Amino acid sequence: MNNKQDLKQVVNQALAEQKVPHVKLKKIGVDKVNVERLTKPSKETRQEYWGKGLTYAAIILIIALVVSIIGFIAVRGLSTFLQNHVNVFHFLTSTDWDPGEGKNYVGAAAMIVTSFAVTILAALVATPFAIAVALFMTEYSSKKGGHFLQTVMELLVGIPSVVYGFLGLTIIVPLIRNIFGGTGFGILSATLVLFVMVLPTITSLTVDSLNAVPNHYRQASAALGATHWQTIYKVVLRVAAPRIMTAVIFGMARAFGEALAVQMVIGNAVLMPYNLVSPSATLTSQLTSQMGNTVMGTLPNNALWSLALLLLIMALFFNFLVRFVGKKGQK
Amino acid sequence: MTNIMTASDVHLSYGPVEALHGISMNFEEKELTALLGPSGCGKSTFLRCLNRMNDDIDNIKITGKITFEDEDIYGSKMDLVKLRKEVGMVFQQPTPFPFSIYNNVAYGLHLAGVKDKSIIDQRVEESLKQAAIWNEVKDDLNKNAQALSGGQQQRICIARALAVHPKVVLLDEPTSALDPISSSEIEETLLSLKHEFTFIMVTHNLQQASRISDKTAFLMNGDLIEYGSTEDMFINPKKQITSDYLNGRFG
Repeated sequence: MNNKQDLKQVVNQALAEQKVPHVKLKKIGVDKVNVERLTKPSKETRQEYWGKGLTYAAIILIIALVVSIIGFIAVRGLSTFLQNHVNVFHFLTSTDWDPGEGKNYVGAAAMIVTSFAVTILAALVATPFAIAVALFMTEYSSKKGGHFLQTVMELLVGIPSVVYGFLGLTIIVPLIRNIFGGTGFGILSATLVLFVMVLPTITSLTVDSLNAVPNHYRQASAALGATHWQTIYKVVLRVAAPRIMTAVIFGMARAFGEALAVQMVIGNAVLMPYNLVSPSATLTSQLTSQMGNTVMGTLPNNALWSLALLLLIMALFFNFLVRFVGKKGQK
Repeated sequence: MTNIMTASDVHLSYGPVEALHGISMNFEEKELTALLGPSGCGKSTFLRCLNRMNDDIDNIKITGKITFEDEDIYGSKMDLVKLRKEVGMVFQQPTPFPFSIYNNVAYGLHLAGVKDKSIIDQRVEESLKQAAIWNEVKDDLNKNAQALSGGQQQRICIARALAVHPKVVLLDEPTSALDPISSSEIEETLLSLKHEFTFIMVTHNLQQASRISDKTAFLMNGDLIEYGSTEDMFINPKKQITSDYLNGRFG
């Protein structure tokens, strides 16, 4: 190998001419003229390979997991239509839900409507409160007060769904029963439970969006003779609007996907809700309450997987919406 | 010449640290007064006292008296909103809102509840002309103001401040974030306007002060060292330290 010879010569010559002190070369391990000194991977490089390898391995595993989850749900969910020959249109629009009776009784419309109803109502009720709390935390309260509210919100997030459901069942359902009559189960109860559950999500994301509004906007506005409130609604909220929208969508995604707490107060009757206090069922509550009662591979089981597929598609839709709104806000 | 603003013995402290040690000075109507001094000398802090922009800072304490048209601006009856309509402010960084040019300039009028579209139109045009940017933007008033260049943005901010017809405009280093060409455009704008408004301008730029100001005040370490006509000050500074600063020996 020519290079080897060359390097040897160069080093030896340098040593002979004492351009490089021998001791120094010895120190860095060149005195034996190890030609592989630079071409052999160093310890650091090997670590780099290792680290990279581990990261990639983890990523591949996770991607495989996600793909197989989506694949499984899709295969099972689609078999209702492909294997059991349920009409997709019928599935989306019919309100007859009793899959045990055959393919003409696989209509999810009632659950779809109820799911959307509780989601939209919960978001509508929670958003004004969330914005008010967020404004108080960022614009009005002292730092201490802000931290205190932050802790309260984190606590609300930390309470398990089943506890919210239990509270709803014990307090809200009887309350609604006393006020409006009927059973007390239904969309209104679910909305009220979900309101408390999505409030912290929307609030904390709204706080982030308000904090992201540069302070110089507030100062410039104040210097033009704006009151604090004028600055808030004419500048701060306007600038933060796209990100507040994102916060609301995140809250809606949470409400749409919540199962347990809703299942405990919605009534679990797969009926088209004719008012806000009639028992009904959402996609998630139906899954929760029925998944133990079906046999794998049968139509009732496949029908539940179709509900799961619908939930997955909605999750993707919310994701897409968040990105879309976020991008629009950046303009 | 009449006094429009007067500061007497203004002390300001952040917590235990006193940043201004008793500043007294008069500001004449329809003049451009420059506040000069090294970084951290308190000139911006003092400027922000004049329209009470320091009010929201935690642990701040301001004593002494500042009057605007013979009214104590720190008096208990002073309406902050009215004060800031009379004493406007332009900041160091151009701070247009992410709205259209038109809505930026009309912002103060919207705040004041002016509804008449023809009045707003006329004021927007007038202010943009005063800020010497009308010709550049008259065809796209609906364009987002943040799409403009830095110098144009700053002139939009000046127009926005002028639109509410203030008597005094405070300028906090209005050109220091801009390139030399934009800076000189702003300077020309101010020169052409100083017969209509009273300007009080903080600047780092000695040449700028000498070019456009009528009076100059030199502050250092929270004290007013010297205050007088710009010409006198630059040619014949009374104090050695002023002369040293103006000659670039420090700062």
